[in-house]
Amino acid sequence: MPHSVTPESTPTDDSSRTVSQVDTVKPDPETQDVAMEDALTPPETDKPKVKLEDIFDDEDSDEEFPSSAPIATSQDAFSQPPPIQITSQSSFSDSNVMRAFYQRLFPFRPLFQWLNHSATPSNDFAHREFAFTLPNDAYLRYQAFPTADLLRKRCIEMLPSRFEIGPVYSANPQDRKSLKNTLKKANAFRPLMKELVFDIDMTDYDDIRTCCTGASICLKCWSFITMAIKTIDIALREDFGFRHILWVYSGRRGAHAWVCDKRARQMDDQKRRSVASYLELLKGGDQSGKKVNARRPLHPHLERSLAILKEHFQTSILAEQDPWVTEEKAAHLLNLIPDPTLRSALQKKWDSAPSRPSANKWSDIDALAKSGALSKTPKELLEAKQDIILEYTYPRLDAEVSKKLNHLLKSPFVVHPGTGRVCVPIDTRNVEEFDPLGVPTVTQLLQEIDDWRGEEGEKKMQDWEKTSLKPYVDYFRRFVAALVEEEKPTLKREREKGVDAMEF
Amino acid sequence: MIRHDYSRVDPKRRANLDYKKRQFAKAEFQQQNYNHRLNFYVLPPTAEITLDEFETWAIDRLKVLSELEACTFRNRSPEETTEYMRGILDKYLPLRSDSSRSQKLQEERRKDHYSHFILRLAFSSTEDLRRRFSRLETMLFTLRFKDDDLRERADFVKSLELEWEEVREEEKRELKEDLLAASGMVGKKSEEQEWFKVDWERVPELVGQRRILLKRGKAYVPQREQMSLVVAEFTKKLDDALELTARALSELDEDHRLSPILTHLSQSFTTPDAPYSTSDANINGLSTITHQQIDTLSQSFPLCMRNLHDTLRTTSHLKHYGRLQYTLFLKGIGLPLDECIIFWRRSFKLLTDEKFNKEYKYNIRHAYGDVGGDANRRGRGYTPYSCQKLLTEPLPGPGQTHGCPYRTFAPDNLVSVLQRVGVNDREVLKTVREDVGKQRYHVACNRVFEWSHKREIRKVKEDGSWGTSDLDTIVHPNTWFKRSWLLKHLGEGNVGVVDGGAVGQGEKVVE
Repeated sequence: MPHSVTPESTPTDDSSRTVSQVDTVKPDPETQDVAMEDALTPPETDKPKVKLEDIFDDEDSDEEFPSSAPIATSQDAFSQPPPIQITSQSSFSDSNVMRAFYQRLFPFRPLFQWLNHSATPSNDFAHREFAFTLPNDAYLRYQAFPTADLLRKRCIEMLPSRFEIGPVYSANPQDRKSLKNTLKKANAFRPLMKELVFDIDMTDYDDIRTCCTGASICLKCWSFITMAIKTIDIALREDFGFRHILWVYSGRRGAHAWVCDKRARQMDDQKRRSVASYLELLKGGDQSGKKVNARRPLHPHLERSLAILKEHFQTSILAEQDPWVTEEKAAHLLNLIPDPTLRSALQKKWDSAPSRPSANKWSDIDALAKSGALSKTPKELLEAKQDIILEYTYPRLDAEVSKKLNHLLKSPFVVHPGTGRVCVPIDTRNVEEFDPLGVPTVTQLLQEIDDWRGEEGEKKMQDWEKTSLKPYVDYFRRFVAALVEEEKPTLKREREKGVDAMEF
Repeated sequence: MIRHDYSRVDPKRRANLDYKKRQFAKAEFQQQNYNHRLNFYVLPPTAEITLDEFETWAIDRLKVLSELEACTFRNRSPEETTEYMRGILDKYLPLRSDSSRSQKLQEERRKDHYSHFILRLAFSSTEDLRRRFSRLETMLFTLRFKDDDLRERADFVKSLELEWEEVREEEKRELKEDLLAASGMVGKKSEEQEWFKVDWERVPELVGQRRILLKRGKAYVPQREQMSLVVAEFTKKLDDALELTARALSELDEDHRLSPILTHLSQSFTTPDAPYSTSDANINGLSTITHQQIDTLSQSFPLCMRNLHDTLRTTSHLKHYGRLQYTLFLKGIGLPLDECIIFWRRSFKLLTDEKFNKEYKYNIRHAYGDVGGDANRRGRGYTPYSCQKLLTEPLPGPGQTHGCPYRTFAPDNLVSVLQRVGVNDREVLKTVREDVGKQRYHVACNRVFEWSHKREIRKVKEDGSWGTSDLDTIVHPNTWFKRSWLLKHLGEGNVGVVDGGAVGQGEKVVE
């Protein structure tokens, strides 16, 4: 693999630069003199020659910060103050917990590459807006950082309980005030691009969710999100041709999607609106009655969605949610049936057995229709039933988030202040297996570092590698690598292609 | 005495004479030849016109555009708009087709061309004006495109040389089902249809309405949707050009003849929205409102606000847009900021003080212009929403209650809500249902108003204390409240004075 990126190509802040070149020569970390940023930072080490994806070799050799070195030895060797005792009882937002999290666990480097689209710092990252929510709930907008290290430094300094990512602006967001006073003010500071984002939140499902309400979730209602991810993901890939879609657990009861393709990032508000409305199906508030009124024949996107959602409808909805078990809810179902004859027949039947399970009520519709209580065509009934399935399963997007280029969205890998869970990426290939309740919390992760008793050996390990965060970071790095690979300047890619062709 | 040198050429014309510059001179005063009725307005006009023409042509076009805008405010359907605009277009901005063989063909087209560019100058100064201008010009273009002669339209489209890839026969066969399903064409043979393949970004409108097939980022556009392609292209070109014009505008400051005209033009284009005048807030006889009064006053609220109020009372919560709509309305009827904050604090019974202060209070203060950027504070926050705003914003999603109930409620639910607030006349409910079916929401709303105030309206009509303009169609929720309250309190002391009213007429005193 061509070592096109020299370690120097990342001009990070000086304090951490002293060791930049040693790695390729000597793999031994002990020989290196390490500059420490602050007393609490564990010594930084070089050359984590883990068998991670090779692509990252270059950057990693530059030294990656969040490694605490072997805890046992390093403490003696460097007479460091003893690490803060973090137990699973510690509060999530405790400043020590957050500091340790940003120092040791948060994958700043991959995050940087993800937003920067290359290894060398560029304006894609430097002009990107970050917004911090500080522990006292102050909200700090228009932060920007030239490099990952500076972002990390600021995080450790301010200990934001979470931070959000906004668009890339035409100038550094920090300079926006001075730009406003210049002559060409009108357009000097404007958002240029941002990933196309989606937000699915369980609150939008409250009227059809029976297992939990409000902020709580369980595996049963998580299946709404699973369905949503499957449907939206395939539409974005097959219809719009997007390829780099990152799904992230929002930390409590929802999921975010980041579509990172260049084409998606450059979309203006109008295009974002049209993608959102292409994917939106449910219309109308609580009083509007039937929320799905799809045109027939169904648009291929809806046809495909219906095929995916049908299976879930039987299990996740009818069996698990049991949405029409109460009389009041069953009345809603009746309202959705267009045929008055059938409606009154069903009404009669259900009045005698009000708490029939939903699955039975659902099959009653067909049974009664067959026995003659149908005044409309079977086709109309089928279509109405399809609409009902869609109303109960089709993704409910918080569309406002997607429509604006300059909307901010919570960054992946930050800690949800309420649950303490890390906002980890969701692997769409195994979306069914994703368990929101199994996502590690920040305290649990820090405990895992302390508990780690593995072989350190000659290769240095990052702290996150010792924890259950590893698979998530690995997944994220692979995702970023593919994105960076695609956005390499074309010239170079073509040259590489040329080499391949020669070899053949 | 200064002898006027007649041998001197007008400096502007000199280019024609100077042999050294002759090669550049030709274009300068040339009349453009207009081959097509429609125009993408790519080339600016170069010939001379008189100042008089400059002004009258611009005003004529402005009339057309404002009528067009009025059509959207009144919620006219595309067919109604076309019908309504026909007369106006013929009067102010006629454009005949080639086949008419009219003598004035070139003249008409020239006027169209020039007036477009004059208005472009006038409306490029601010982002707001640019957006409105571009929207209206696009509407006008669409209108003309639709009724253009088929063959001439095809010629015109060809002359644009847009890059469209035609879908090959085999691909058509392969995707047949999907193509037809996506475009909603049933029972037609896909072989007979021509399809174009373009990047989906070029037809965002069709994508948003889910009316075309998308595959791997390519949109399959049927021939008959060609219009939206052309229109999208038109808008894009115009938007880009407007940006450029805005930048060049400063050079125009030098010209003392044009800039006053242009400023005047752009000024007469502002205040498009249904008016909310601050006079709506001060109602004679109604002293400063406090939060305790809202429950009583809500009897005189229009349905959109009544619905929000009732939802708030039953669930002790409203979602963001509902809060915004209601806060602005309350601000509009004269509820002071501190009272408004108390009102919301008391209404959100289930919230802790901390959460309320943290997440809700700021927004209320922002709406009142108490906090926020300089512009927001100077402008005293947002203006209360008009019916037009409520009728054109996106429909509410699950759990949301904002918007106009006549539009967002299913007819059955609407009727039952109306009955709950006391509208029980079968005839009225039936006509409301019809109105709503035809999407004439404001007509339905006004009908309800007239019914529920019929006695009072008759009275003020009989004693002539209210003129017809005082009883004009209501196009603003705050006007509804004001009028309703005044009517219900007729004859109580100095109550019943229409102060300014919605349309801003002078004072009229009862009795």
